[in-house]
Amino acid sequence: MTVMGMSLLDFARGPAINTAMAVFVLGVLWRLVSLLGLPRSVDRSRPKAGVPSAPMAALAGIWRHMGTPRGFGPMSMFQVFNGWIFHVGLAVIVFGFAQHMLFLKGLFGLSWPVLPTSVITLAAYVTLASLVAALVRRMTHPVLRLLSTGNDYVSWLVTVLPVVTGLLAVSHLGARYETLLALHILSIALLLVWFPFGKLMHAFLVFITRAETGMTYARRGVKT
Amino acid sequence: MNAPAPIDVKAATRAFLAQTEEHMNAYLEACVHCGQCSEACHFHKASGDPRHTPAYKLFPIAKAQRAQKWPLKWLGLAPAITEKDLAEWEELIFDTCTMCGRCTEVCPMAIDIASIVGQARKAFVAAGLGPADLLQAAENSRDHGSPLGLTPEKLVDRVEWLADDDEVDMPLDKERAEVLLTVSSIEAMKYPQSLSAMAKILNHAGVDWTFSTTGYEATNFGYLSGKADIAKVMIQRILDAAEKTGAKTVVIPECGHAYGVLRWGAANIIGRPLPFEVLHITEYMAKLKRAGKLKLKPYDTPMTYHDPCQISRRGGATEDARYLLDGFATHFTEMAPTGAHNWCCGGGGGVQAMSRAAPLRHKVFQIKIDQVAATGTDTLVSACANCRLTFDESKTALHWEGKLESIVEIIADHLVED
Ligand code: SF4
Ligand code: SF4
Repeated sequence: MTVMGMSLLDFARGPAINTAMAVFVLGVLWRLVSLLGLPRSVDRSRPKAGVPSAPMAALAGIWRHMGTPRGFGPMSMFQVFNGWIFHVGLAVIVFGFAQHMLFLKGLFGLSWPVLPTSVITLAAYVTLASLVAALVRRMTHPVLRLLSTGNDYVSWLVTVLPVVTGLLAVSHLGARYETLLALHILSIALLLVWFPFGKLMHAFLVFITRAETGMTYARRGVKT
Repeated sequence: MNAPAPIDVKAATRAFLAQTEEHMNAYLEACVHCGQCSEACHFHKASGDPRHTPAYKLFPIAKAQRAQKWPLKWLGLAPAITEKDLAEWEELIFDTCTMCGRCTEVCPMAIDIASIVGQARKAFVAAGLGPADLLQAAENSRDHGSPLGLTPEKLVDRVEWLADDDEVDMPLDKERAEVLLTVSSIEAMKYPQSLSAMAKILNHAGVDWTFSTTGYEATNFGYLSGKADIAKVMIQRILDAAEKTGAKTVVIPECGHAYGVLRWGAANIIGRPLPFEVLHITEYMAKLKRAGKLKLKPYDTPMTYHDPCQISRRGGATEDARYLLDGFATHFTEMAPTGAHNWCCGGGGGVQAMSRAAPLRHKVFQIKIDQVAATGTDTLVSACANCRLTFDESKTALHWEGKLESIVEIIADHLVED
């Protein structure tokens, strides 16, 4: 298969992924600058005595919202566990797989020890199952159905595609390896292009919102 | 019958956009629609209605913000808010949010929904929406000094009557005082003994204090109803009274939202730091106890304690109530969950003042009944007259047999006078 006179793989590895990375970087910067550049209210209330410094409070906020606080009372934990599973699973795949590390090394010059392919494959299957479970829940739970918008479904799709195409490529299933690899890279390009404009942006925003809530509550001396 | 007034979408949009601010916009952009918050909200728990999900309540303000964002606006990709949106969400923004902050506890993005609901209410009011009784309460505060008819004259009346009846010194309009004690008209009108109880405690500890007829109402229905101008007037009155008497401390009575607004909001609303310290009565009593100025006989009734959201979860004063009860309430059992995680009474955020919200409030009370039952006690003590009134009304509606108490009143009843 050829695109613009190049093999599909060359297209994916060249113009497609490069453009996608540029869109990703510029898009994320635009989102962050346009948010952080907004007017900011100053809190003039008197903080409680002996509260932690702002950076400590921000870190505490980031840590504190990793899960449901102890003593909160019954909550259905499926969502929390499942959320953890696919987030950790995605991180393991992205950073633990040798080829990914080499690709990132090419970009940033850093390298690190990787995990055996069998472990990565297992992680990918678990992540896939977890993402499917998340989708089923989104489509069946009355609260999630009401909250969900196109953004949620597109974000799900662009996240799941690289996992699926990656698994196919590693197991050489369905087509020539080169074609599968090209599709895998294209799916990542799609993810990168969508990232800044959809809810995947939460990967950056989470540090801002948790830190700000952490600081507000710390100022008030709230311990949770 | 008059036709309902048209909904002013433009005014609402302007009010929504006037709130544009890094903090709030970050929250609005960050929601991942995970639905986790639904289980934390007492309204959703009581009704099972998915529309009562906290994140869903933010949809109109998020929509208004998105619609003006470049390049979505230019590409015509983000629709503006409509009359229908505002009409549909009015009930969600007012009747089904007590601004209790419980949802934030479980939100993976730590979104402060309570504060955004407070901001969103302003836009609904600008559009000509909002529960009539809540808005009336705000106007009464501005025009007559209090939401419940506690005019300055009535305050003088009440104070004289209570001072006489309960044989307690209740200084009013003293020229100079260390402490300005404020009141909540809910207690003044429905639980007046609360006022003399506070006076007894302050006198017992030898505090130099006064009430003021120019700045007495601690509740702020301006804030709760989204009327920023009235919110400011109410704060200014207390500020002026405190400055006039030279008070170093303003003590807030048993009212959660009064504390929330004066302790954390006031300086931001008037645009400068407050020249005095603001303490809730539980914090102030704890301070007196720490200084050895509170001598108490034991209180032996088996009881549990309800944390008002604005005092504990959003106020950071959870431990002060515990410190007061420690060694005093000999049969105190914590409910579960408790402290900063406690379930809301269902009447905060002005919901108590909305008569149409009563049926849902009563359903919410069932959560509290179950919590109290699980402690094996039947006395529910709180530090908020608004919680108490909410419980009281629901207690009647649901024929609950338990007893409701105020921490201030039980402490006042157990003072050891030398
Ligand atoms: S602040 Fe409280 S009442 Fe409002 S949505 Fe959150 S949990 Fe529900
Ligand atoms: S828990 Fe937080 S992120 Fe999840 S839906 Fe609710 S507000 Fe949004």
